[in-house]
Amino acid sequence: MQGPRIVITGVGLTAPNGNSLPEFRANLLSGVPGVEWIDVRYMGRLPAGVCHYDPLKYQKKKELRVGTRAGSISIYCAREALADSGLDLSARPTDRVGIYIGCTEHGNVETENEIYAISKFGYDTKFWSHYHNPRTVANNPAGEVSLHLGITGPAYTIGAACAAGNLGLIHAAQMLRLGEVDLALCGGISESIHAFGIFAGFKSQGALAAHADPKKASRPFDLARNGIVVSEGGCLYTLERLEDAQARGAKIYAEIAGYCVNSDASDYVLPNPTRQAEGIRRAIRHAGLEPKEVHLVNTHATATPLGDIQECEAIREVFGANGGTTWINNTKSYIGHCMGAAGALELAGNLPSFVDGVVHPTINVDQLDPRCALEGLVLNRPKSVGRIETILNNSFGMLGINSTLIVRRYVA
Amino acid sequence: MTKDECKQAVVAIIADIAPDEDLSNLKSDVRLRDQLQLDSMDFLDIVMELRKRHGIEVPEADYGQLASLDSCAEYLTPKFNAQAAKS
Repeated sequence: MQGPRIVITGVGLTAPNGNSLPEFRANLLSGVPGVEWIDVRYMGRLPAGVCHYDPLKYQKKKELRVGTRAGSISIYCAREALADSGLDLSARPTDRVGIYIGCTEHGNVETENEIYAISKFGYDTKFWSHYHNPRTVANNPAGEVSLHLGITGPAYTIGAACAAGNLGLIHAAQMLRLGEVDLALCGGISESIHAFGIFAGFKSQGALAAHADPKKASRPFDLARNGIVVSEGGCLYTLERLEDAQARGAKIYAEIAGYCVNSDASDYVLPNPTRQAEGIRRAIRHAGLEPKEVHLVNTHATATPLGDIQECEAIREVFGANGGTTWINNTKSYIGHCMGAAGALELAGNLPSFVDGVVHPTINVDQLDPRCALEGLVLNRPKSVGRIETILNNSFGMLGINSTLIVRRYVA
Repeated sequence: MTKDECKQAVVAIIADIAPDEDLSNLKSDVRLRDQLQLDSMDFLDIVMELRKRHGIEVPEADYGQLASLDSCAEYLTPKFNAQAAKS
């Protein structure tokens, strides 16, 4: 990979099972999932991943009233990432800071709420909120962060279905390399559980998880998996050029090693393992690595019957019999599918492996689907594997967008 | 409805629109904007809440009548009473 080296210097997150990286990681290592029952409009009780961060930690009540849940999650994650990084925004030119936030979609929550609200007034549109447009423009989550922090550099979202979290990081790395900004707040967010449409859509597809126990509803690779648990979440990082991070003595979590974004060009919803494998291979080449040098693969697998098998095909095609050098896990088994946040959150949950040498397991696998029995898959209990040098993070999305991001242990 | 009751109804709306503000010392004869952090979108909220909660319409040309609690009471009390007479 050419250009200045880019490093991760701060992490801010809210997941259904943790509101900081230490809390999230601790729960991933001790097998604590974060899926619970919620009441979904028109549909009733469904399992979902709910974030329990304190919105008032950083925002005033009025900001919360005017803004969106997506904006609030973004602001929480941005403030947490900045605090973690030790960066002082007041001491920097605000126009040299970029905000790049991946979203699966945006605006469905607010549109559904407005339609529901006017239904109480005979669908008379004079009761439609004047906040609807600023709440539903696609850049809303990034724009709210810009307003909240007074950042005057580029601030926008990246629409990339469920690959979006990785794309936030990839795009930020590119912008830092181009010299467009000196600091990036980047990653992905989702507020999807507040819209019934996403649940109803997956239900109509036959891809919505159902289980008597919500904590067991998200079960990638298990023979009894039956679909996706819809979740909200957010994870934003501070990314900097290595020389800038070194100059200020920053803590460095990892270095961006390589990436690939490609497209299936084959179906609206069905994955394409051939294109996924191509993307994974290209990312590995981009990082200057061989497959055997990838020590940990965090899978995208969402627990749909077909999708998990197809990703396993792609991984098998790239890594084959890996001789025990590549470990594989999945984070959705704890938190469901955090949509636009998924890639960014799932990477964060694995970053501490560089320090502790432990791979968090994929939980809820009571009976491994033989078609998903990948060599190196870590099931149900964490595994101490020694030194991890590289982590590869897959995130795929509808309309056939695939993203693979590789980070490596930072070595000066 | 008296003018004082009308003012209370308006303050109840403002309490929801500006939840971080202390409304205990609002002066009736001073412009709301000079006492509170309210922008044009917030005033549209007041208009919307009058419509939703009380069925009262405030035409755009009359928005200036909502400047202070006193002017709100002058302008809105007859409208509240007209609404009450309808129901």
